[in-house]
Amino acid sequence: MPAFLLKRLLNAAGVMLAVAFIAFLIFRFVGDPVELMLNEQASQAQRDELRVRLGLDKGFVLQFATFVGNAVRGDFGISYRNQQEVFTLIAERFPATFELVLVATFLSLAIGIPLGVYTAIRRDSLLAKALQFVSVLGVSLPSFALGILFILVFSVTLQWLPAFGRGETVQLGWWSTGLLTASGRKALILPGVTLSLFQITLVMRLVRAEMMETMRTDFIRFARARGLTMRSVHFRHALRNCLMPVITVTGLQIGNLIAFALVTETVFQWPGMGLLFVQAVTFVDIPVMAAYLIVVSFIFVSLNTLVDLTYAWVDPRLREDALSGAANAR
Amino acid sequence: MTKASLATKSRLTLKSCLLAAVALTGAVISGAAEAKTLKWGAAREIASLDPYSYGDTFTLSVLNHVYEGLVRYTGDLKIEPALAESWETVSPTVWRFKLRQGVKFHNGNPFTADDVVASLERVTHADSPLKGNLPAYKSSKTIDDFTVEIEVNGPYPLLLNDLTNIFVFDKEWLVANNSLLPTDSGKGVKGYATDNANGTGPFIVESRRADSKTVYVKNPNWWDKPQHNIDTIEFLPIASASTRVAALLSGEIDFTNVAPLQDLPRLSASPDVKVLQTNELRTVIFAFNLGDKLFESDVKDKNPLKDIRVREALYRAIDIDAVQKRAMRGLSRNTGALIAPAIPGYEPSQDVRLPFDLDGAKKLLTAAGYPAGFNFQMNCQSDGLVNEEEFCQAVAAMWSRAGFKPNLSLAPRSQQTPKRVKGEFDVISFGWANEPMIDAYSILIQVMRSKSGSGGVFNWGNWGDPRIDALIDKAGVELDTGKRITMMQEALKIAKTEHLFIPMHQQPMAWAMRSTVAQTVQASDNKPRLWLTTLK
Repeated sequence: MPAFLLKRLLNAAGVMLAVAFIAFLIFRFVGDPVELMLNEQASQAQRDELRVRLGLDKGFVLQFATFVGNAVRGDFGISYRNQQEVFTLIAERFPATFELVLVATFLSLAIGIPLGVYTAIRRDSLLAKALQFVSVLGVSLPSFALGILFILVFSVTLQWLPAFGRGETVQLGWWSTGLLTASGRKALILPGVTLSLFQITLVMRLVRAEMMETMRTDFIRFARARGLTMRSVHFRHALRNCLMPVITVTGLQIGNLIAFALVTETVFQWPGMGLLFVQAVTFVDIPVMAAYLIVVSFIFVSLNTLVDLTYAWVDPRLREDALSGAANAR
Repeated sequence: MTKASLATKSRLTLKSCLLAAVALTGAVISGAAEAKTLKWGAAREIASLDPYSYGDTFTLSVLNHVYEGLVRYTGDLKIEPALAESWETVSPTVWRFKLRQGVKFHNGNPFTADDVVASLERVTHADSPLKGNLPAYKSSKTIDDFTVEIEVNGPYPLLLNDLTNIFVFDKEWLVANNSLLPTDSGKGVKGYATDNANGTGPFIVESRRADSKTVYVKNPNWWDKPQHNIDTIEFLPIASASTRVAALLSGEIDFTNVAPLQDLPRLSASPDVKVLQTNELRTVIFAFNLGDKLFESDVKDKNPLKDIRVREALYRAIDIDAVQKRAMRGLSRNTGALIAPAIPGYEPSQDVRLPFDLDGAKKLLTAAGYPAGFNFQMNCQSDGLVNEEEFCQAVAAMWSRAGFKPNLSLAPRSQQTPKRVKGEFDVISFGWANEPMIDAYSILIQVMRSKSGSGGVFNWGNWGDPRIDALIDKAGVELDTGKRITMMQEALKIAKTEHLFIPMHQQPMAWAMRSTVAQTVQASDNKPRLWLTTLK
């Protein structure tokens, strides 16, 4: 187990280094921050001087090495545009993104699982077919279009919910939360639903497929033969057996949600990491872009590693030494 | 306003009413009940609370509510005294300013000459990104507590214009917080002034959460007699244009200084919203690569754009009315001049375009020796000027019709700018507002001047003319306004007759506000001045 753990951690570090490297390759094509930092009256000499001070005149490899060296020590520098420590900027915005993702995940499970069960056990009913059809829409509707649609209906026409922002937040140490105030909870609804819609359909389809698979198995037949109520068969026996893949996918999708929340965040002016990143790209704020990509890849990698480790713990077949045997067994 | 915030507000008001009723008279009750809040939905967040941190006009215009300069622009863009009461030139290179007495910073410190000198030193420090905003500055010294002398490099007529954007900090506060020097992004250490502010202006920063909300409250001790009746400004950046429009329609914001052009009809149709629309100072032109060779063309040995007939053909091939109607949605102002009417140096006689003449353009092109046209690269930005993508596509199509073969390159500003700076283009769309100077000298020295020393920073395509250069250099040291303007007009006329640039239009700008805003001043520099705004 320790060897397995070590290997996993080394893998994780390798992935993050690769992400940073690719990010730095891309930065060479996003543009020149100096032209945006100085205003129109700055002279060419002043522009060149600033470029030197920021170390942008140095070669690619040297810039990358400096960044990695500093990042290892936890020093991401300060933002070109906001002049604030990048780490603080990201830490300030992380709670907003995380709460949004949490709500979206909760909604996707709370809505997706019952719908999935329903469409599996009543798959010939009209409603199930309608839900299947709508779920295709949910997968294919881009979230910015959906967000705008929600805003028009619920903010402009009905005036029920705010069109943007987080509402009032409460500060708990360094963590800011909108869950403790009425306006904060209200503000979470529209972006939360927008972000979760894809996720809801994903969970629903997953549960449906798994349920239909499970319902065909012998132990369900026996359960029915024993005369158990249908309700008990569906929820106590069948659904429980479907949940493992659902939980895995949901766990992995949290990383995705954090990374892709940026579209939803832009539409709703949600002050999270995604909004920060979008602005950093507009102003070629290299320190912020680099740090954001590192943080997001860190989240991805740790979630994946965590899932892997849990699997290895839960399922002996997946452990390193048993891998060859496991492959046959599967 | 959302129901939630309404509820909080009425609860607060109730509380203050009760308190007031216990302690004070009825007059105060009505005063407390009418606390006026303006919710300002901007298109983006300001860079920082430190005006000297990032060369961004919008950031400066927002911070002008908190910090002030020695002089300021009025609502119709005339210079008037602010923290300085009067000034004189002691010698052609030395200006003496008499400062206003009795002014207090937001923290209660008195405003004196030391503060002015410290601020000037800070903004002109080598690490300051705003150093270029005060190009002529040499040194400054205090004469007494309320007199400052500024020495400039040479006779310089535009010092006052530059000073409108140089905001004054409290020296004591800077020293106490170790911020006498500007923040250096290269060193990677955050400065105190980045998220704290202490100015003399009409509003005080009460709280700030970047990208969410910054609250400004009225400065009760402001030296000037307030023309506004605002108690609180909530600054709410909303990056997405459609969300901003929705927020205005639903009443979550009262005012936006960036109303998307495509939504103006919809906003105007709403009974609670009014739209203020006019034209900016920014004049849009096409500029050419006038170097020895084209950047991307089938003509390899020479540069056809150096032939005035070719430039005139490009000019005549543009159907400006069609551009105005289609690409600009009928909102831009067509121009024949290279600067906007509000800019000193503007002459109505120069504001006449060459007519749209497709056959004439073709003839000129043939006469120049390119009957089959030639390829060239056209560099436009997707997020730069107003509807830049649309008007560039329209003009590229018109040029194709006249026989040219433009190859349109469209990309975000951050990507196009480095290429433009390096001269890797044949034609560019280009906008110049002449800010912060608000004088034609800005475009002349920065754009039209041949590259030399500090001049011609934006002369990316090797354009220029020795006659223009001579006139610019003379105007740069001429202290007599009348003579100076004549020189600048002459220089602009040469650029016009040589068709060094193709003028297009002054771009439109639009603000929108709910009926809660009684009145505001919309100047063509597109800067909201909320200290001149009243609420109902």
